[in-house]
Amino acid sequence: MTEQKTEQHWPLWEVFIRSKNGLSHRHAGSLHATDATMALQAARDVYTRRGEGLSIWVVPSNAITASDPTDKDVMFEPSESKIYRHPTFYDIPDEVGHM
Amino acid sequence: MHETPLFSYALRLADNALILGHRMSEWIGHSPVLEEDLALGNMGLDLIGQARAFYAYAGEIEGKGRDEDKLAYLRDAKDWRNVLLVEQPNGDFAATMIRQLLFAAYAHPLYAALTKSKDASLAAIAAKAEKEMAYHVRHSGEWVIRLGDGTEESHERAQAALDELYAYSTELFESDDVERALIDAGIAADPAALRPEWERTVNHIFSEATLKTPPQSFAQTGGRTGRHSEHLGYILADMQFLQRTYPGAAW
Repeated sequence: MTEQKTEQHWPLWEVFIRSKNGLSHRHAGSLHATDATMALQAARDVYTRRGEGLSIWVVPSNAITASDPTDKDVMFEPSESKIYRHPTFYDIPDEVGHM
Repeated sequence: MHETPLFSYALRLADNALILGHRMSEWIGHSPVLEEDLALGNMGLDLIGQARAFYAYAGEIEGKGRDEDKLAYLRDAKDWRNVLLVEQPNGDFAATMIRQLLFAAYAHPLYAALTKSKDASLAAIAAKAEKEMAYHVRHSGEWVIRLGDGTEESHERAQAALDELYAYSTELFESDDVERALIDAGIAADPAALRPEWERTVNHIFSEATLKTPPQSFAQTGGRTGRHSEHLGYILADMQFLQRTYPGAAW
């Protein structure tokens, strides 16, 4: 019974919105929709009501492969001790301005 | 009635938008899903925004100090000029989407034509409204396709709604002396000229939706001259109650 009901639910979509030219799309949230066209319209109606966007991407949530939270030590701890990867060891001439 | 054709015309545009906007607002909190609740609310707000602009302009033309609130809240049913289509009940979701499509597919080319009106105020309001109605056509059209070409039940409901509401579409393309004078002056858009585009739009969607366009048998008409269905009275009772009971109430 529960399984049947779940099957009838509309698929979940992740919404990415680009707010300005030159910026990248950012994850805004998720929603349910029957298909890609309706997901795009729902994203417009749910997430861009206050002029937040110039471009929308929708992606089926099940198309996203995510890292395993229990893996986080193996995945991310090794980078924590490598401060030399941050570009903070250079003197930047004033003329260069903001980088 | 002593009123200028331009006042009548602005009021007709405003009344269509406000009544349909009110119908949309009735869905809020009752939609099938949250996403659609927002979509219906957005469409309602588009329409109410259009209504406000047209009322404000109508009040200005009339010059008797009636603002948008007075025009919306203090007129009785016989003084409303909206077409009968927009006051028809929401019914099920299919009926709401069919009604929205029938109206938006008319309002979109109407506003497009009005952007070329010799009346600068009408043209300015229409320029904003045109884009809004283009989205209403898209959203309701996509739903009609999915409902019509969906399950057996959704198909039946969509076809039943279309059979019921199609008779109200003829009124959209009627014009009377009030409008003809304005059409000749290049101020109003000729509704009859909008019909071919409307037919192309809705018939394309109906065929994708596997819905049958009903035959044009008889037309339900009369709203523009104040002859309404019983539904308008209930809408006004709901919408006007507060201002009628507490005149001038504000918050």
